[in-house]
Amino acid sequence: MKFLPSKVLYVDLSKRRFWIEDRKELFEEWIGGSGVAIKLLEEECPKNADPLGSENPIIFAVGPFTGFYPIASKTVAMFKSPLTGNLGESHCGGRSALAIRMAGYGAIVIKGVSETPVYLAIHGEKAYFREGSAIWNMANSYTVGRILREKEPGAGARTIMRIGRAGEKLISYACVVTETYRHFGRLGLGAVFGSKKLKAIVISGKKSLPVADSKTYRELYKEIFNLLINSSSMKKYHELGTSMNVNPLNEIKALPTRNLKDAKFEEAEKISGESFAKDFLGRRVACAHCPISCIHLAVLRTPYDSEPYFYKSKMICYDYETIYALGSMIGVGNPENLLKLLDEIEALGIDAISTGVALAWATEAQEKGLISTKETNGLYLKWGDAETYLKAIRFLVNQVNDFYKALGKGVEYASTIYGGKEFALTFGGNEMPGYHTGLAAHLGFLIGSRHSHLDCAGYSIDQKTLASGKKLSIEELIEELIHEEAWRQILSSLVICFFARGIYKPELIIKAFKPLGAEFTEESLKAIGKKILKAKYEFKVREGFQLSKLRIPERILQTSAPAGEFSKETIINGLKLAEEKLASL
Amino acid sequence: MFSLIIVINEGFKLVKRLAVVDVDLCVGCQCCMMACNRRFGEAGVAKSAIYVRSAGGIEKGFIVLVCRACIDPPCMKVCPTDALSKRIGGGVILNQNKCVGCKLCVNACTIGAIFWDEANEKPVICIHCGYCIEYCPYNVIKMEETG
Repeated sequence: MKFLPSKVLYVDLSKRRFWIEDRKELFEEWIGGSGVAIKLLEEECPKNADPLGSENPIIFAVGPFTGFYPIASKTVAMFKSPLTGNLGESHCGGRSALAIRMAGYGAIVIKGVSETPVYLAIHGEKAYFREGSAIWNMANSYTVGRILREKEPGAGARTIMRIGRAGEKLISYACVVTETYRHFGRLGLGAVFGSKKLKAIVISGKKSLPVADSKTYRELYKEIFNLLINSSSMKKYHELGTSMNVNPLNEIKALPTRNLKDAKFEEAEKISGESFAKDFLGRRVACAHCPISCIHLAVLRTPYDSEPYFYKSKMICYDYETIYALGSMIGVGNPENLLKLLDEIEALGIDAISTGVALAWATEAQEKGLISTKETNGLYLKWGDAETYLKAIRFLVNQVNDFYKALGKGVEYASTIYGGKEFALTFGGNEMPGYHTGLAAHLGFLIGSRHSHLDCAGYSIDQKTLASGKKLSIEELIEELIHEEAWRQILSSLVICFFARGIYKPELIIKAFKPLGAEFTEESLKAIGKKILKAKYEFKVREGFQLSKLRIPERILQTSAPAGEFSKETIINGLKLAEEKLASL
Repeated sequence: MFSLIIVINEGFKLVKRLAVVDVDLCVGCQCCMMACNRRFGEAGVAKSAIYVRSAGGIEKGFIVLVCRACIDPPCMKVCPTDALSKRIGGGVILNQNKCVGCKLCVNACTIGAIFWDEANEKPVICIHCGYCIEYCPYNVIKMEETG
């Protein structure tokens, strides 16, 4: 299988050495992406490793479809998460996947810790340890990008991954920014970069990849390309982007609002995909090798106070999740203010979802008197008050006092110190995504290996329940969630963007493998999917994870969800069933 | 299929060239680059004669670099081995056998639209076949008659 991206680049930051190994066997058995990454993580991450210690590796992996087929545009990162203390997995598009593949690699393993600030430049077969002191302490991730864009070669065929101040300050949910608007957003990869004194990684390359049957490959490529650009679901991602979900989720009362005290936001229309498209949309851009272009950039023109008629116009990325987290979740309904918050988050390099949920928890904690202005450093956090939230984000990232230090470790940790567990909206230690659709969504957040809505898409099951009126039994629900998550391991091993999951169905994937020179059956793919999920679960258990010990935030039971009421007992029962099922995969 | 396309239209001999219609329509997906490389039956970008990069950060939009079929091509003038000859309708045709890989053409192209195939040490220059157009869903590029 010559087409497999079997070369793995190993980089040791402590010894400043790099080497390349051919790990063909790994890619043959585990495909690529998530499958290969979890095996490399098992190999490289010792038991009970400190997420911010030199022993925690960073793994990047792309897949066998990267570079070959459209929308195979994502990179999987795996590491031990400083936020949850367990498996960290985060996916990112931009130019990252194509750049890694075109540089000649299927995976990159970064180990050790640098004594002084460093950035890595990987150009084809060579890796360079570049002096990073001049860009360390640079708070703004935009600026880091601007500098490296000029300094390094490979424009157009490269990715520039970097951290902002949040990563340097080891905020547990700091992210890694790539190509300015895409992120390894969740679970704190930015802090792992920071702990290694690794400010950025530039990767570039320009390869050609052989295929076994060129004619069939070209024909099939065309078929897939046309399926993608003509599908109605893809059209929606292109037109309004993921923010198309704001209005419909708000209408069914599933949009978490003010720390989920409500699930309908009275100002949702103003921050909906439709409103942003009409009033602010400035440009739509795409990840490399994806024709959809779902990335939506708003233009925000703001005047400088110092001089009349002097403005700055900034391009700011918005998505459903970021609108939820820094909009409805903290009651911000003014679109311009929301954009200012998003811009700050992008600059500082911190996960928007976790930050929004952290601010929401802090606001309610202050409302309830659990914390005072002593903790907030003089701020009165108030729903919708974006100016105060901007200050709070800066205090948080600069870690100005013990309270912000605790908040920087996540809501789970902060609520252990200051109270307010019942409204601390975290699942397995990860802050909640923007779906309060019902039982399936919340069970999905709990049992999913990343504690993300993307693991098993429970929100989609809830919406089907709502539409059909047919409620699944708890057994059926767990079965369906795990079945979906197991299948998604295949997509995230290829690595296909989940947005195209309706197109890359088993039969198409099998067909697409053929001209490259590999044979699979639906059964064999599904078996590998299960095996990958099992490996991820076993890693988590090895690191102390126990489904039955997960905390269930009371708040999700108090605010009614559109797909129907559910009890704590039902969730506990679901967790038990999931535990049995995952153990017997 | 990938050679020169000559269109006979109402008795006039019209030759086409690949043209960038409106670069602001470009979303930077680079599917045109991948398409160009597939002409050789391979995936990737090493042999692409069209190249898309940001205009200094994705927020600024994109630059689409491709041969614009000069009537009097500067690249041809500097070729020491006459490996480049004039293409009807503008641009050049490369004779791989004559090319010694000196890169003078790359430097001579004012708009930077000649790329380098590292594996073969030969220039990569657009032949205006139009294969990439099918893979640009946003109509950034089109075939244009040059008269």
